[in-house]
Amino acid sequence: MESQNRIWTTFRKKPMALVGMGMLAVALIMALFAPLLAPYDPNERVDVVPSDILAPPGEGHLLGRDDAGKDVLSSLIYGARVSLIVGFVSSFFSMFIGTTVGLTAGYYGGRVSNALMRFTDFLMVIPDLPLMLVIISVWGRGLWKIILVISILYWTYTARLVRSQVLSIKERQFVLRARALGASNYRIIVRHILPQVMPLIIAQAVLDISSSIIAESTLSFLGLGDPTLISWGMMLNFAFERAISRKAWWFLLPPGIAIVWVSLAIILIGNALEEIVNPRLKTHHLFNPRNMISLMLAKPLLVESESPPEVTP
Amino acid sequence: MEKIPILRIEDLYKQFPVTRKFIDRIKRSPKQVVHAVDGVSFTVAQGEILALVGESGSGKTTVGMNVLGLQVPTKGRILFDGHDVSDWATGRLRSGKNGDGLGRLSRRKQILSLRRRAQMVFQDPYESLNPRQTIWEIVVEPLEIHNLGLRANEKEARVRAALEDCGLAPADHFWSRYPDELSGGQRQRVVVAGALVLEPELLVADEPVSMLDVSIRADILTLLQSLRKARDITIIYTTHDLATAGYFTDRMAVMYLGRVVELGPTVEVLKEPRHPYTQALVSVAPVPNPRKRRQRVILQGEVPNPIDIPSGCRFHPRCPIATDECKKTDPPYVEISAEHEAACLKI
Ligand SMILES: Nc1ncnc2c1ncn2[C@@H]1O[C@H](COP(=O)(O)OP(=O)(O)OP(=O)(O)O)[C@@H](O)[C@H]1O
Ligand SMILES: [Mg+2]
Repeated sequence: MESQNRIWTTFRKKPMALVGMGMLAVALIMALFAPLLAPYDPNERVDVVPSDILAPPGEGHLLGRDDAGKDVLSSLIYGARVSLIVGFVSSFFSMFIGTTVGLTAGYYGGRVSNALMRFTDFLMVIPDLPLMLVIISVWGRGLWKIILVISILYWTYTARLVRSQVLSIKERQFVLRARALGASNYRIIVRHILPQVMPLIIAQAVLDISSSIIAESTLSFLGLGDPTLISWGMMLNFAFERAISRKAWWFLLPPGIAIVWVSLAIILIGNALEEIVNPRLKTHHLFNPRNMISLMLAKPLLVESESPPEVTP
Repeated sequence: MEKIPILRIEDLYKQFPVTRKFIDRIKRSPKQVVHAVDGVSFTVAQGEILALVGESGSGKTTVGMNVLGLQVPTKGRILFDGHDVSDWATGRLRSGKNGDGLGRLSRRKQILSLRRRAQMVFQDPYESLNPRQTIWEIVVEPLEIHNLGLRANEKEARVRAALEDCGLAPADHFWSRYPDELSGGQRQRVVVAGALVLEPELLVADEPVSMLDVSIRADILTLLQSLRKARDITIIYTTHDLATAGYFTDRMAVMYLGRVVELGPTVEVLKEPRHPYTQALVSVAPVPNPRKRRQRVILQGEVPNPIDIPSGCRFHPRCPIATDECKKTDPPYVEISAEHEAACLKI
């Protein structure tokens, strides 16, 4: 589509966006080709001698060994898989839920809309992290459970964003024209409203990827990650519990840097996209103290552009 | 021309609630409404072009929206081909009066049958096309919605004919483009083409040229006129510009603050306006054929707020010849000739 080409052309001209793409590409390659890139298989049982435990970087182990004598670099490479899967899948789910709720509430209005939005507000004001901790401790640990918990808590911003956009788009004359032609509600939503909101939804979904990755890392760091998979958060957890006293920086730093690396990459891309599709927005998330804080608290990034003026039908 | 009324508007009222300020709600001041249309009646004959003339805010668009069933009248009713439009537009017609069996159709089919027969061209060609659809998608969409069972080549022929009838020839040259690659005049042609692919019987053209350059206005109006000839289509043309209305319409209804104040054959109304409001409009309009030189009448004051319609004759605060009586009595229509009437006590 023509406007997508335009977005892409503008996007390519933003240096920060390209840096972000490059950084994300590194992580993607790590995740996709983990078995080829990793020098060892982290799931393999290894027989260790005491000197292997937390051995510093050296021959054959570029980033040294962890508390179980395993290669840190290999775990780091495999850990990219969990982060990216959780990031992309949760963000896709929350995009889906948020878009559906936002479209329904915005287009149909009335009581259903009010109820939906009250519920959204309710979810928005509850602090996410404690709630996630509670749900996971009750429900149990597992990759899919983490993905679902994050998706269920992180769709609210998208829903608000979509709803406010729909409220103004549905008053536009081409929607009225479609109605005058006899178009069904379904057709109006899918053909005339959704395409206008889609760029914003995508930009928001990209930003959600990084929030989800941070959320997963936080859960794993707090010991609630999937016990069968290596993730960066879990590596941090082990490093904090067992390696800090031994000053094994090679075990602590790499997963931390990896988490920052991927989140930063995605935020750079997401910001560029958002600036393109929503030009009224000039503040840069990273340099906005509120978002720095929310980033640290693993909350979804709040976008500064509060919706266009709401039009009540 | 045969005079079968295809459209009959009977005492139409349309009010919109005014959103009250918080302070007014606390003070419990009474709820207010905008009287957008305030008692309008007229009929339109098959194949006729009627001009609905009035200043901004006089209620022209609202009349058009109600005619198409896109809004529900507060009071009164509109009959299109003998059926109540607001029932028709929601698929609630009961057994057909004309024996056309419309009432037996499912709701969705009823709605589609109305939409197919009556179409609207909206005021702003920059707003009424979806910026993310190509011209082809825009013009073929009505055919898809109505699922007329056309084969691909028939669809293409219909779209091509609609575009070329509207002066966008050759059609292939335009249909892969997006609206923002076209000029305002071309867009309005696309809008008209999109309304015409369904071959409707009634077209409400809501100020189709007010947003366009003067130089292309005549082209679009000529287009509407030729459509009437070619397709025997009935047109309600709304405008705030007497000159363009004089150009091609058969009859003219002059609206002021939600009410028709004068209605008659276009030529007669322009030549012999009887209502002081029409007289004022005519005196300042560049009418094509000003036989007599008239004195220009410049109206005093502003159009009153449609929330508070003046008592008596709604035009009295600005009327150059108003008397005390005009403040008290809402004037009835006075028949001037067989088809010409005006609502003024001073006639
Ligand atoms: N949906 C609505 N809600 C509230 N008020 C409305 C609505 N639609 C129209 N109005 C009001 O009703 C009055 C008549 O509006 P309408 O759009 O019919 O006028 P118009 O003659 O078409 O004017 P214009 O030349 O500006 O298009 C105006 O005062 C307008 O503000
Ligand atoms: Mg209007």
